[in-house]
Amino acid sequence: MSDSIATLTDASFDEQVMASDVPVLVDFWAEWCGPCKMIAPLLEEIADERSGQLAVAKLNIDDNLEVTRRFDVMSIPTLILFKDGAPVSRIVGAKGKAQLLQEISEHL
Amino acid sequence: MTASRQVVIVGSGPAGLTAAIYTARAQLLPLVIEGEPSSTSDQPGGQLMLTTEVENYPGFVDGIMGPELMGAFRAQAERFGAEYVSAKVSKVDLSTRPFRIWVGDPSAPEPAYETAGLVIATGARSLMLGLPGEERLIGHGVSTCATCDGFFFRDLDIAVVGGGDSAIEEALFLTRFARSVTLVHRRGELRASKVMQQRAFANPKLVFRWNSVVTEILGEAKVTGVVLRDTQTEAVSTLDVSGLFVAIGHEPNTGLFADQLELEAGGYIRTFGGTRTSVEGVFACGDVQDRTYQQAITAAGSGCMAALDVERWLESSAATHLMGAGRE
Repeated sequence: MSDSIATLTDASFDEQVMASDVPVLVDFWAEWCGPCKMIAPLLEEIADERSGQLAVAKLNIDDNLEVTRRFDVMSIPTLILFKDGAPVSRIVGAKGKAQLLQEISEHL
Repeated sequence: MTASRQVVIVGSGPAGLTAAIYTARAQLLPLVIEGEPSSTSDQPGGQLMLTTEVENYPGFVDGIMGPELMGAFRAQAERFGAEYVSAKVSKVDLSTRPFRIWVGDPSAPEPAYETAGLVIATGARSLMLGLPGEERLIGHGVSTCATCDGFFFRDLDIAVVGGGDSAIEEALFLTRFARSVTLVHRRGELRASKVMQQRAFANPKLVFRWNSVVTEILGEAKVTGVVLRDTQTEAVSTLDVSGLFVAIGHEPNTGLFADQLELEAGGYIRTFGGTRTSVEGVFACGDVQDRTYQQAITAAGSGCMAALDVERWLESSAATHLMGAGRE
């Protein structure tokens, strides 16, 4: 995994995401999810290319049910973009890089 | 800049990757345009990427996981020199020689690729019910991917729509998590294979609603139930469920070729004597041209046929003549 993607937990979520100065794109994923693996390299690229402007972080839903339930995630991959401590955009299902960038860029 | 190839393969399921293995071994340096990540069965690797255990692919006594099988196909083709690009084709022009292929912006003046021979293996994607609210509730209780989303329905009641092997496989998989799974099927019997039927009928968590169709999905923020209509009595009833999994079949991904190739009813590409299409030099294999069998092994078999067909065509004088004409 790229150094530019932080790993979140139920315990660290508020500090790392809700209190972040830059928008954070959170990837809700699990080991058994094929489409999650398909988009993982794209998220690494986005994290590297948008470094400073956007943070990308992963939350393993198997280990972190509290945050998963708090944001009503019922399908993975789900990507939620948090800005100033609030969810501003939600992408459900795997998508190509151009489409991912298009959906988040209007909030950056 | 436009790159020129001898063979381009569009699609990377069992058909496309088998065509890649054979054309790579024929030293045609195939380029596979494999698609983009998606959760609706048109992703790289094809429909098997969203399944779990594949039990009927010959050679694997104890079965093999779908993504693992497709990873092996891909690596095998790569070993012989196949190249991959992770992109979706946005436009093709089959009226000129060589054929022209765009990825990304379809209005770009120059195509990304030109190719003498083209193998189409774009497969099929999951059909949706087409009901109001269905699109909005994807990810909020409506799902097309049991292996992705089953986890979220632990101890909940859910419904699966469909009656084929895919529907039964999804329903059985979902019984690992759900409290109950109701299979809603418009007919009075299953189309699924006998072995799948036996497993379905033996599973205590699986309930059947025969001769029934879903007419409405209930719920604003998330699914709370579905409305069913009995096709024989016309009786309408509500089923309280938190999830709805749709497995009612597939439609071929032929939108790109609609005005350029002859299609059959249902949108499948028409093939002649093997894998030839209505345009010379264009070959089709796998689910995109098969409304009957739709198995991983039949797709792989027709991918092999397409590879041999395109190889022979490239060697023939017809190809040389056409390519020469294109340059005038």
